[in-house]
Amino acid sequence: MSFDLNFIGILVGAIMASSVPLILAASGELITERSGVLNLGVEGMMIIGAISGFALMVVTDNLFFAVVGSMLSGLIISLIFGLLTQSLLTNHVATGLALTIFGIGMSAMIGKNFVGIPGKEFPLLFVNLRESIPFLGPVFFGHSIILYFAFGLPFLTNYFLKKTKTGLIIRAVGDSPTSASNQGINVTLVRYSCILYGGAMCGLAGAYLSLIYTPQWIENMTGGRGWIALALVVFATWSPIKVLIGALIFGGITILQLHMQAVGLRIPVQLLSALPYIMTIIVLVVISRDSRKIKLNTPTSLGQIFYKEK
Amino acid sequence: MIKVEKRNDVSRSIYFLTPVLAIFLTLFGGGIIFFILGFNPIEALKFFFITPISDLYGLSELLVKATPLCLIAIGLSFCFKSNNWNIGAEGQLIFGGIVGGGVALIFYNHDGFYVLPIIILSGAIGGMLFAMIPAILKTYFNTNEILVSLMLVYVAKLLLDYLVVGPWSNPEGFNFPETRQFSESARMPILFDGLRIHAGIFITLITVFLSWIILYKTYLGFQIKVSGLSLKTAKYAGFKGKTMIIIVFMISGACAGLAGVGEITGPIGQLHRNISPDYGFTAIIVAFLGRLNPIGIIFASLIVALTYLGAETAQIFLQVPKYTGQVFQGMILFFLLGSDYLLFFKIKFLGLKKNEL
Repeated sequence: MSFDLNFIGILVGAIMASSVPLILAASGELITERSGVLNLGVEGMMIIGAISGFALMVVTDNLFFAVVGSMLSGLIISLIFGLLTQSLLTNHVATGLALTIFGIGMSAMIGKNFVGIPGKEFPLLFVNLRESIPFLGPVFFGHSIILYFAFGLPFLTNYFLKKTKTGLIIRAVGDSPTSASNQGINVTLVRYSCILYGGAMCGLAGAYLSLIYTPQWIENMTGGRGWIALALVVFATWSPIKVLIGALIFGGITILQLHMQAVGLRIPVQLLSALPYIMTIIVLVVISRDSRKIKLNTPTSLGQIFYKEK
Repeated sequence: MIKVEKRNDVSRSIYFLTPVLAIFLTLFGGGIIFFILGFNPIEALKFFFITPISDLYGLSELLVKATPLCLIAIGLSFCFKSNNWNIGAEGQLIFGGIVGGGVALIFYNHDGFYVLPIIILSGAIGGMLFAMIPAILKTYFNTNEILVSLMLVYVAKLLLDYLVVGPWSNPEGFNFPETRQFSESARMPILFDGLRIHAGIFITLITVFLSWIILYKTYLGFQIKVSGLSLKTAKYAGFKGKTMIIIVFMISGACAGLAGVGEITGPIGQLHRNISPDYGFTAIIVAFLGRLNPIGIIFASLIVALTYLGAETAQIFLQVPKYTGQVFQGMILFFLLGSDYLLFFKIKFLGLKKNEL
């Protein structure tokens, strides 16, 4: 194989593209978790976003409606989770699992009539720059607007959590809901908002898959990405910038794995496909070993039910 | 006026009645979904919940599906009762199936009464070892067991795929992704001619009985329950937390492994790519619907098994995808968790007082 700078550029671009759904979903879930809510329904919300984005694209023939619609449906389905965990005080883990199971079933039910329909071309930005600059062109240009948004999102999230008052309130609610509540903060309202935001981002992540990454509808097309996004939040010790780095690493493994298959290395395909999952476990072990480091950033009330006696 | 009050104690009758309420709400919700999709809701629900079990074959199929679900859910109840979130039972089931299936292939064309017990035992051990990975990582490296057990599901699936495509594939099988059919000595005995119900149901029933004894009559069961209610109390009482975590994972892994080996030696009779229609995940719902109680889990497994059959019937008669079963399963869990609110809170409907009018 000859050393080709442009080829490496294309490879990097592909890695970036495959990390987009992970960045979006993990950044959304990060905000949810920072407010003390553990929503294991990421996979379910993503798949609902994927089918509703695709279905809206087919029905309305308008990509803007499709993208906004996917975010709205992610938001609506996360509202179920919010109602249950915040108003009916249910267990976060079990409710999240139910959301994932429900979402996968529901998406297949809606998607029945959309199997086999070809997707529409999603407009890419700066396509001519991509062709004219070697290496840097394919890395930075010729992507969809959602990719640029995804790569900006961790920085925005970081700024939002650290520098804004609302961010501070979210962190306060996540670390000590009781004292936040005593300060006059409406804990339930804050948590509801964070859940809905997370839902919208997961919906967008799903739409990226069905509209841009593999533009068609396939049953169960998220294929465990939601769970990897959840692992990424822990991997990043709840820091948005590290989410970006982690997502790129996982995107890298995915693309590398595909290329190793294409090149015809004598390694079983299945072993290569298992790499992202095995890597996740190894990374989780390495990160979690230092319990102080984990505790420093973990929202203290994560997954706990908050009930205010009236 | 509606007023919500906190209850001082949990009423036992409501504790076991809310699952029934949840089932009725699910039927109602399912009816609405069918209506939106353009079906006659009553008829669709009939296809879903009554047609599949209206003959002997259907009832046998119900038990065939409830057998693994009940078994896995019983195992999971040990984990969930002690606040250990093993959600990778699907992976433990598959790994148990792989180990049991491997042994079955070793004993290919080998007669003897000892063959099946060895296969079953190795399947249980396989599931147990696989479940020990998240348990050990949790106890010694403080790793989140939810994520690790879940990631291992994908690893187990890919390993199975590799084996049935590659080294274990049937030499006379025209490259189909499947192993040889196991020999007769490696198959679960069928209970009635013409039906698929097999001896695995006895393994499930014995496990239910044993787990009832462990949970309610032994010191270990007491430790599990106390740790679930309050970790601080458990620590204060001097319980060895790490050992207990590993034991509950071993129990639930062994149960899932048994379920896997029961499937491949029972209805399937070989290894191929899809040895389980997500039984390991659905069993989580069964465990909750059964209130983590052995007897409750038996009933819950029958109800959830019906959603599998219903989805199959509805796929044929209504042309809806088989994933419809998951919609119902998700709804059951939603409604069940939601109706738990009634356990801890009293809702009073107050009339307006006369002097307020």
